[in-house]
Amino acid sequence: MSESQTTGLQLSGLQTTPSQTVGPFFRHGLEWEDGPYVVPEGTPGAFRIEGTVFDGAGLPVPDAVIETWQADPDGRFDHPDDPRGAVRWKDFRGFGRSATDPDGRYSVLTVKPGPLPVPGGGQEAPHLNVSVFCRGMLVRLVTRIYFPDEEEANTADPVLTSIDDPARQATLVAEIAESTPTETIPLGYRFDIHLQGEHETVFFDL
Amino acid sequence: MPTSRPHTYRPDTPSHPPVSWPDYKSNVGRAPHKPFVLLPQRLGEITGPLLGEGRVGPNDNDLTLGHDGEPQGQRIIVSGRVLDGDGRPVAGTLLEVWQANAAGRYRHDADRHPAPLDPNFTGVGRIITDSDGRYSFTTIQPGAYPWRNHDNAWRPAHIHFSLFGTAFTQRLITQMYFEGDPLFAQDPIFNSVRDPKAREAMVAKFDLATTVPEWALGYQWDIVLRGKNPTPLEEEDDDE
Ligand SMILES: [Fe+2]
Repeated sequence: MSESQTTGLQLSGLQTTPSQTVGPFFRHGLEWEDGPYVVPEGTPGAFRIEGTVFDGAGLPVPDAVIETWQADPDGRFDHPDDPRGAVRWKDFRGFGRSATDPDGRYSVLTVKPGPLPVPGGGQEAPHLNVSVFCRGMLVRLVTRIYFPDEEEANTADPVLTSIDDPARQATLVAEIAESTPTETIPLGYRFDIHLQGEHETVFFDL
Repeated sequence: MPTSRPHTYRPDTPSHPPVSWPDYKSNVGRAPHKPFVLLPQRLGEITGPLLGEGRVGPNDNDLTLGHDGEPQGQRIIVSGRVLDGDGRPVAGTLLEVWQANAAGRYRHDADRHPAPLDPNFTGVGRIITDSDGRYSFTTIQPGAYPWRNHDNAWRPAHIHFSLFGTAFTQRLITQMYFEGDPLFAQDPIFNSVRDPKAREAMVAKFDLATTVPEWALGYQWDIVLRGKNPTPLEEEDDDE
C-alpha cells in the first residue's frame, strides 16, 4: 500500500512558487528594530557576529539582507519537527535578520549554538545557517557560519568535511574579532560573505 | 540498525530562477560562480523560526490605514492560501509584504523614480495565515516603475512577499504580479523563471467573488512552499 500511495503523493505534489529577487527597496518591508537580536541584549555569553558582504568586484553590497537560524547553546530547537522535542531556552529566538548598511556590513547578537546530533552517528559542529538575499540575486543563497575556536568539532563536521578544498572550507569559518573599548556589546566573530570571485564563499544546495 | 529520521523536503529547483541570469544586469557581478555544495537536511534545516502574532500589529493587514488620510489609487484586496507542496495549509505563518505606491514609487531613499510619494501610503504589511492557511490584506494597486536594466525597462506591477513556512528549507521571498500585465514580456526578473507553469503561478487573478461592491477589487493568489518527502519510517544508516 505505502509504495503506491507514496508515488501518488509525489506525482500530485504542487509546484513551489518561484523565488524572485528581494529587490533594492526591501528595507521598509523587512527591517525590524529587533531583527539583529537572536538573543536580547544582556544575555550572558552573548556576542556579535559581524561581517561585510562583497560582490565579485570586491565592492561592498549595501542592499543585502542576512538571516541566521541556529540551535540554542544546548543544541536544541523550539520547534515541533525536532524529533527530540521542542525546547525553549530563555529569550532565545534562534533567528536573526540584518540588512547591510551603506558599507555592506551586517551584524547579529547571538550566543554560540551547541553541536547537533547526526542521525546515524556523529555530530554537526556548532554553526549558524545563513540566508543571503540581495538585489541582483533571484534566489536565496544559503551558507553557514562555523566557529574558529571549535577546531575539533569542525574537523569531524560532516558538512565541512564534505568540502575537499581546505581554502573553500575556510570560507565557512568565522574569525575571532575583538571589540573596541568604546563598544558596549562584545564583538565576538567576523564573517565576511563573498558572493563571487577569488574568495567566493561556499554556498549550499539545500 | 534502522533509525527513525525526521522528514526532509523534496527538491524544487526547477520552479526557481537560475542562480546566474545575466539578462538581469545586477546579477552578473553578484551571482556565485562556483558550484553549490549539497547540504543534507538535518535538524537545523527542517526546523525554522515560527514567527507569529507577536510580529503583527492590529492594522498591519490594511496598507491603506495608519495615515492621516486615504492613499491615492485603486483599492484592492489580495487574498489566497499558503500551502505546502502536498496541498496542506500552512497555518499561523507570517507573511511580510511591501510595494510601490499607485504611482510606482517606493518609500525608500534609493528610489529615484520621479513619481510622487504619497503621504498616506507607506507600502508595508504583515499578515498571519489562519488555520486554513488563508491570508488577506487590503492595499492599493501598485504602479509599474522604470529601472535601468536595459533601454526603456519597466517592472510590471508587483507586490513583494516574504514567507517562512515552518522550516529553514521552506524560506521564500518572491513577487506577486497582476493578471494581463503588458510588461511581462520585457521583464527579465519575471522571465527568469523558465518553466511557464511556474511563471504563471506568480500571477494573481482578478476575482469577482472577493471584490467588495463599491469598495475594492479582489485578487486571488495562492502561494506554495516546498513540500516534504514521504516520511522515512525506517532507513539504513548510510551516513559516511
Ligand atoms: Fe519592486
